Amino acid sequence: MTNATIIPNGLSRIHYEVLGYFRQRDTVFFTFLFPIVMLTIFSVAFSEQSFGMDGAGHAVNAASYYLPGMLAAGMLLSGLQNMSIDIAMEKSDGTLKRLAGTPLSAISYFIGKIGQVLVTGVLQAAVLIVIAHVAFGVALPTEPSAWFTFTWVFLLGVTTCAILGIGLSGLPRSGKSATAVIIPIVLILQFISGVYLSFTKLPEWLQNVASLFPLKWLAQGMRSVFLPSTFEAAEAGAVWNLTGVAIALSVWLVAGLVAARLSFRWVRKDS
Amino acid sequence: MRSATAETMTSSDSVVEVHGLRKVYRGGFEAVRGIDFTIQRGETFALLGPNGAGKSTTIEILEGYRDRSGGTVSVLGIDPHHGGLGWKAQLGIVLQSSGDHGSATVREQLTHFAGFYPNPRKVDEVIAAVGLEQKATTRIRKLSGGQRRRVDVALGIIGNPELLFLDEPTTGFDPEARRQFWELIHGLQREGTSILLTTHYLDEAAQLSDRAGIIADGRLVALGTIDGLGGAEARIPVVRWIENGAAHEQRTDRPGELIARLTADGEPVRLEVIRPTLEDIYLTLIHAEPAAMEVSV
Repeated sequence: MTNATIIPNGLSRIHYEVLGYFRQRDTVFFTFLFPIVMLTIFSVAFSEQSFGMDGAGHAVNAASYYLPGMLAAGMLLSGLQNMSIDIAMEKSDGTLKRLAGTPLSAISYFIGKIGQVLVTGVLQAAVLIVIAHVAFGVALPTEPSAWFTFTWVFLLGVTTCAILGIGLSGLPRSGKSATAVIIPIVLILQFISGVYLSFTKLPEWLQNVASLFPLKWLAQGMRSVFLPSTFEAAEAGAVWNLTGVAIALSVWLVAGLVAARLSFRWVRKDS
Repeated sequence: MRSATAETMTSSDSVVEVHGLRKVYRGGFEAVRGIDFTIQRGETFALLGPNGAGKSTTIEILEGYRDRSGGTVSVLGIDPHHGGLGWKAQLGIVLQSSGDHGSATVREQLTHFAGFYPNPRKVDEVIAAVGLEQKATTRIRKLSGGQRRRVDVALGIIGNPELLFLDEPTTGFDPEARRQFWELIHGLQREGTSILLTTHYLDEAAQLSDRAGIIADGRLVALGTIDGLGGAEARIPVVRWIENGAAHEQRTDRPGELIARLTADGEPVRLEVIRPTLEDIYLTLIHAEPAAMEVSV
């Protein structure tokens, strides 16, 4: 009976997970709306400021400058933060134990989790881009190649973050401590990876530290899509280095898969 | 009490077989110290015993949640340690505690879980069976504790299980809800569902089960029909009366004869014949010294 039911059950899980996500007000605020709120604050606070010139000599405004970082932060929040806290809570509140007693395959469970991240991540990115464009006049790229880059960076990035979230869900010792363990990690990464602070103005050693983690590469990939080519010169080595983005995210994806495979248990068997 | 038809069946009709089951936790605590019992197809078997006696450890080993340290276990013909999804599809599990206060409604939750099983019950019938018709569209986290427990029970039976595990299912129920729950279980029994029940309510065990085992300190101290638990010895009535201002008490299986003798000298004061209740027998059994535990099987 089992193999034929994995996909239908996975789809049923996606529906169930997405519904559950939007019914939890705190997750909606801290993972879904957070980058949107931050983009709005930065755009309004620095509305008079110019962040550089594009090729045609027009000033780049705050919303344009912060949009790539907020998209990257959104992937990290919707993927890593949401997933790790969610699974840690489900471990401690008995949800996983209950599911473990049913014929639901663990694969279907993870299809549901990753599907939830993809659905909410895509919606979040769409809301960010629409608000940036409509409310703050951010010019969106017109070349198909830019949107192609956006698509693969987004899909690879959000999947990597989701898998890493599964791997990290074993770190908190209880559901209650999950937010306290995960949020500092996520927050520090955002500060050193060019989400809130201009990455190229950070000290070089800190840039090197940040380069070990995936968020820096997500932000860099998004900058290559949304910032004018005049900004490329400010990047490390004066290139967007999309190959580096692809390699770094792929390495983290594989590391995340290994960590998830090793750490995930339906139940802590002999606690 | 249900008639013990199971006694006449052959052992090939068993749904659960436990032999020499042992469980030692990390740190050396021996929770289960050699337990044997069998549950026949269609039978309801109750595991009774105080908190910490090993009931939940035993039931969780049978459910596949815990590994055992020794002995053999077969549940629906399969070692739970190797039970796959097809095996789980035949089980219904109501865990002792379940704190997940989902944001799904009762009907959404049951519909979702029904989808995991090859041959589920109808969602609305199950909602009606646990008496939650009025709450079908309420989110589970907004229900009271007793109502959430009924959702647990509903999720346990939604898959139309062959074998149902009920670990203290009626904790937090009001008396009426417990009666309704008993009716629900009687319905499942008529359909042939085999049930393993743990409970602290002896009246519940007497109402629902064909046979019971009493666990104390990781060992099975009694096993048999509810009527026969503790053997004939445990059921010897006590005759009490007051004579010359002093209280007298005598255990005898011929209380009538004793009373006839007493009444020959005139009417005794405060004469009573007390038959040990199930609770009396239970308390005696769980407090017995380990050495005295070679009890009836």
